[in-house]
Amino acid sequence: MAFINMRTNEVQVKIVYYGPGRGGKTSNLEFINKKFRERIKSDMVSIKTHGDRTLFFDFLPFDIGKIKGYDIKIQMYTVPGQVKYNATRKLVLKGVDGLVFVADAMAERRKHNLLSLKQLQENLAEYKKSIFRIPLILQYNKMDLKDQGVPLLPLATLEQDLNSKLKVPSYPASAITGENVVITLKKIISVTMAAIQRELK
Amino acid sequence: MNYGIDQDRLITIDSILREDLIEIGVDYVLMIDTAGNTIAKCDSGAHSYDVASLAALAAGNYATVDAMAKIVGEQEFSLLFHKGENVSIHFSMINEEFLLIILFGKDVSLGFLRLKVTEAIDKIRALWK
Ligand SMILES: Nc1nc2c(ncn2[C@@H]2O[C@H](COP(=O)(O)OP(=O)(O)O)[C@@H](O)[C@H]2O)c(=O)[nH]1
Ligand SMILES: [Mg+2]
Repeated sequence: MAFINMRTNEVQVKIVYYGPGRGGKTSNLEFINKKFRERIKSDMVSIKTHGDRTLFFDFLPFDIGKIKGYDIKIQMYTVPGQVKYNATRKLVLKGVDGLVFVADAMAERRKHNLLSLKQLQENLAEYKKSIFRIPLILQYNKMDLKDQGVPLLPLATLEQDLNSKLKVPSYPASAITGENVVITLKKIISVTMAAIQRELK
Repeated sequence: MNYGIDQDRLITIDSILREDLIEIGVDYVLMIDTAGNTIAKCDSGAHSYDVASLAALAAGNYATVDAMAKIVGEQEFSLLFHKGENVSIHFSMINEEFLLIILFGKDVSLGFLRLKVTEAIDKIRALWK
């Protein structure tokens, strides 16, 4: 639920990176944080365990300037990916405006992607939101591992598994090299803003 | 999916926060929604804080405690309070959607603050009646 402040003409938009544990959600935000450091006014907040796993969320605010006279403030979050943290995942989804589903392209992670996407659908349903209607982008991450001989799922398989019903924009990416990380971000911002503007009228 | 609050209400909320809370010596008052958006903020000018991060964390903190309450069969834990050496944080619920976060120093008594918070919350709630 984007909050529109009619007094300051500011719109706050919540974008959540969702996906299986170790898929690269935090790495996406870390890359964005590094790349746009001079434009981001605050530090990235990460609530994590000693083992560097996301415990609650990462948070990164990002101002993108004005659209139609409104100051747009993007608030990016990641969820904890580990299976046992579904209660906290749900809390982070509260009021979400747009989602990036970060799938892990490693062949051995195929089942985890499917389960995580299914759970996302269920979690959204609890907030009376449909995965088929919310602004959503898929990202197939860790593409760089191909060069190291790690078995990856072919793009056609990832599309078939995850996107055959959703039919949303999808990008092969690498949160480590940065390949398509910024494009993913730009796309989710533009799709989400389009949805918000339809309602602003 | 979006929601807004009209300008008149926001101006009134601002003056409530200022008159009831900043005036008694509180450093910073934030009204946020449970998704972590900042609805209104007011400060004494004494400190500057990273408000967006505070709002995100406060919403998460509140939601966590609320979920714990449900697990042990409580409606809610009504008082949420973190005491620091120099700065303390007081959380309260305005209604289902909105929270009030107050940052204050040593010279404000918790008892008096709670009284003023209750007053401010009543006034804010009345705006939606
Ligand atoms: N090679 C490679 N490793 C990655 C990529 N993205 C993340 N990782 C690694 O995968 C592990 C988990 O990443 P993290 O961002 O913490 O995943 P999260 O659990 O989804 O937040 C870390 O060791 C990352 O360095 C990628 O695109 N390529
Ligand atoms: Mg993470």
